[in-house]
Amino acid sequence: MFDALLDNKLLAAIVVIVAVPLVLIGYILLVEAVLRRAPRRWAPGLRPWLWLAPALTFLGVFLVYPTIATIIRSFQNRRGNDFVGLDNYAWFFSQNDTLIALRNNVLWVILLPLLVVGLGLLVAVLVDRVRYESTVKSIIFLPLAISFVAAAVIWRFMYELDPNIGTMNAIVTAAGGDPVAWLIEQPWNNLFLILVGVWLLTGFAMVILSAGLKGISAELLEAARVDGANELQVFRRIVLPLLAPTIAVVATTVIIYALKTFDVVYTMTNGNFDTNVIANLMYQELFVGGQPGRSAAIAVILFLAIVPVMYVNIQRFRQQEAIR
Amino acid sequence: MTGAPIPAAQLADTGTRTRTAARRGPSLGRGVLHVSLIALMVIWAIPTIALLVASFRPASVSNTTGWWTAFTPPWQFTFENYEYVLSRGLDQAFLNSFIITVPATVLVVMIAAFAAYAFAWMEFPGRNVLFVLVVGLLVVPLQITLIPVLNFFRDFTPGGIEINGTMLAVWLAHTGYGLPFAIYLLRNYFGSLPREVFESAAIDGASPSTSFFRLALPMSVPALASLIIFQFLWVWNDLLVALVYLGGESSNHPLSVVLANLTTSFGGGWQYLTAAAFVSMIVPIIVFLSLQRYFVRGITGGAVKG
Repeated sequence: MFDALLDNKLLAAIVVIVAVPLVLIGYILLVEAVLRRAPRRWAPGLRPWLWLAPALTFLGVFLVYPTIATIIRSFQNRRGNDFVGLDNYAWFFSQNDTLIALRNNVLWVILLPLLVVGLGLLVAVLVDRVRYESTVKSIIFLPLAISFVAAAVIWRFMYELDPNIGTMNAIVTAAGGDPVAWLIEQPWNNLFLILVGVWLLTGFAMVILSAGLKGISAELLEAARVDGANELQVFRRIVLPLLAPTIAVVATTVIIYALKTFDVVYTMTNGNFDTNVIANLMYQELFVGGQPGRSAAIAVILFLAIVPVMYVNIQRFRQQEAIR
Repeated sequence: MTGAPIPAAQLADTGTRTRTAARRGPSLGRGVLHVSLIALMVIWAIPTIALLVASFRPASVSNTTGWWTAFTPPWQFTFENYEYVLSRGLDQAFLNSFIITVPATVLVVMIAAFAAYAFAWMEFPGRNVLFVLVVGLLVVPLQITLIPVLNFFRDFTPGGIEINGTMLAVWLAHTGYGLPFAIYLLRNYFGSLPREVFESAAIDGASPSTSFFRLALPMSVPALASLIIFQFLWVWNDLLVALVYLGGESSNHPLSVVLANLTTSFGGGWQYLTAAAFVSMIVPIIVFLSLQRYFVRGITGGAVKG
């Protein structure tokens, strides 16, 4: 019966949509009914854990346990039946291909946040001064709703080599230049992949920075202007310092995007022409190369790169809780 | 996805605020300001417009002339590209995307709501440590979970059925991956509700489940709406999870995977590729245009998952 249910996906989905909420609500009602009958002093201690149980199970099975298992797996050989020490890591740091992927990720991590935050801040500041603010915001924000895969198709169309089809080359040739192979020309092709990310994520930075900007008191800015500060001084001496925590939040978010970047590279070049990145390399080692050990090591390297960001986030969270 | 960002006061209004005259720059720069903003709008809109126009052009012109020539006579537009891609499996992929996305969203929101309520309004030892763990999990790259979870799906075969490659696998995986952000967002919102409401309800004899269903949930509709939109778009737009756990089971592939495969197999067939891309974008664009306010609030009110 289970078999038939999984074969009929639509039916299964409807059953899930109806049954899962009922089961979950039923679970909570059952928990409460049981706790009412349980000895009075047990209930307060037990209740939180029973409410947390479904979430903790999912977090344990899909995040905590796999992270530990992958770290262990990264020290094992291809078949996973023997420990090989740091061999997989040694392999990663000795191959030309993997080092190029590492270099490209460094490019992503530097350029993507720089461009996204810079442009997002520029738009947020400029848009605050015009009447058609919401129109500009909607247009720049829209790409964020679509997938990286769709964005990749959109930009492959833009980057098409034939100047009769590709918009970018049409502009280049109209200006008297020769058509450019945007996705093949090294090392610039990495920049053109990163620009796809910039197009998609600038709206994210803009929205958050714009909200931060509007939180700065107008009186404060006005007072500075009355004291004779010009617009640039107001921006550098008042707006920028007050916005710094918000900029840090946006930048860390974009850095994580850059570290994990996969979809754009997978769809646009599949890592060819020296554009590979760590996440795509990990996928290739696992599914094309059949090397789970190496693949696990790559995933651990990616994880280690994110640990500092995780630490910063937790510190920031603690500080905010202290204020609360 | 990032932890604990923007001070609440700054988020008070994310919409447009009435500008004071002082916010306007000197009149000298106004022209430059308008020109640069219009240029930005054009640059941001053109790629999508190009795709949309090209998707309605017949193959004969689409692969030989630029999309911009469509605006001059002879006007040649057609629905054939859409008919073609939809009859070649994209209709199934469209349905699959819904079948994957809706249950994955329902599961996350409900399970996260219970946990968030416990974190916000119940006292227990280890509460802070556990929540810091959730904040830490927000940024864990899901790449590090792929191999063990894949093995788990291959080994865990209830009733002799392999879960790997089925919708169940993606539902479960997306639920696990979506939970840290969902718990984080809802716990912060629940925690900001007035304490007196819950205290007086408890004094009146309301059980925690009554307080949860009758008070906490109805009072948190904006946060729940943001979360639903967010999770929906995240799952709809996801490529990696579907690619890994659905594997070669092509009858279950959602739009993102089919589109990524088309990119390599269709080669220069721009008329089909552009139409297929637009089919994958239509639902997110509708969601975005109709619920932009909640979408923006979800982003600013706690950040974004990655």
